[in-house]
Amino acid sequence: MTSPNIAAGCAAPDQSAPLPASVDLEKETVITGFVNNADGEAVGGAYVRLLDSSGEFTAEVVTSPEGVFRFFAAPGSWTLRALSRAGNGELTVDVTRGVNEVALSVAAA
Amino acid sequence: MSRDTALVSADWAEKNLETPGLVFVEVDEDTTAYDGGHIPGAIKIDWKKDLQDPVRRDFVNQEQFAALLSERGIGNDDTVILYGGNNNWFAAYAYWYFKLYGHEQVKLIDGGRKKWELDARPYSKDVPSRAATSYTAKAPDLSIRAFRDEVVEAIGVKNLVDVRSPDEFAGRLLAPAHLPQEQSQRAGHIPTALSVPWSKAANEDGTFKSDDELAKIYGEAGLDGSKDTIAYCRIGERSSHTWFVLKELLGQQNVKNYDGSWTEYGSLIGVPIALGDEPGKA
Repeated sequence: MTSPNIAAGCAAPDQSAPLPASVDLEKETVITGFVNNADGEAVGGAYVRLLDSSGEFTAEVVTSPEGVFRFFAAPGSWTLRALSRAGNGELTVDVTRGVNEVALSVAAA
Repeated sequence: MSRDTALVSADWAEKNLETPGLVFVEVDEDTTAYDGGHIPGAIKIDWKKDLQDPVRRDFVNQEQFAALLSERGIGNDDTVILYGGNNNWFAAYAYWYFKLYGHEQVKLIDGGRKKWELDARPYSKDVPSRAATSYTAKAPDLSIRAFRDEVVEAIGVKNLVDVRSPDEFAGRLLAPAHLPQEQSQRAGHIPTALSVPWSKAANEDGTFKSDDELAKIYGEAGLDGSKDTIAYCRIGERSSHTWFVLKELLGQQNVKNYDGSWTEYGSLIGVPIALGDEPGKA
């Protein structure tokens, strides 16, 4: 499944933590968003991993108490996979240079 | 070394939180996780503030390591049980330091913080106070630490294992994707290095794969058991994880961690660099 980028200013509130001032969005490809459960509640403490187009592990972060995660990647196709006490979830995204916002849902198997 | 002596399960850890002679230590690059809740009774070590020299580009020396452990209340006879976030990267790095400075009994909790969290095991915010000790660190065991000249000489001679992600190996990314990609050094890898991302050695929940699975992974990647091995990554923490697998779990002899790793190598003048997904020629 491929999700379109959720542009800033869409219905979903921007819960992203501010980017460090040193980050050059002309060069960086940022994938950021939040993990929520089936009820739409933010899931903090979830482990979100970024897998490349071949399914290989690239990076992993823990979501903030507000459920936010962020990666610095490269343009192309990536898979996000979340593991948490509230369940697991997965999403494939196509991203471009700049900030790419995505929402990732988890549910108990 | 083997799995029995180097690793404990989260279950074992939870059952032994009160056992005398054990010191649980959380090691992280970012210790806010510890502050928000940690394994009950665990103390913390900050990888950057506590384990890196504040001035020289190096980690703490023998005297600094002894002072740190004395201040944290760790004795030479204590069994140190390490765990942390990032799939135990920094805990494995600390494990390597403890071995480098000759600590006898040190173990990792399999899966680290992630396994603990996913198992829904208990956390505590209480910070234990431990009486200071007078810890004695041994001279560094350089049989497990590689330096840059040795790495250059190892090209085409020893096993070089690059444990970064495939995109970092090929030169498409300069750093792990949870960090800004702003380093100025060159991208790529050390010629003849095998690409075996550290993550191949771990299950999704952060625990290590079985010895049989691990032996198969490195065998198929082309690791020559008759040669010495040097593992590297970007700053030496992920390669500590692989060093732990090869030396402590699989029991291979002569495995070194090159902690200077790509941050140093990719900034050296005149050394060879290979680009792309293949190891490249010596």
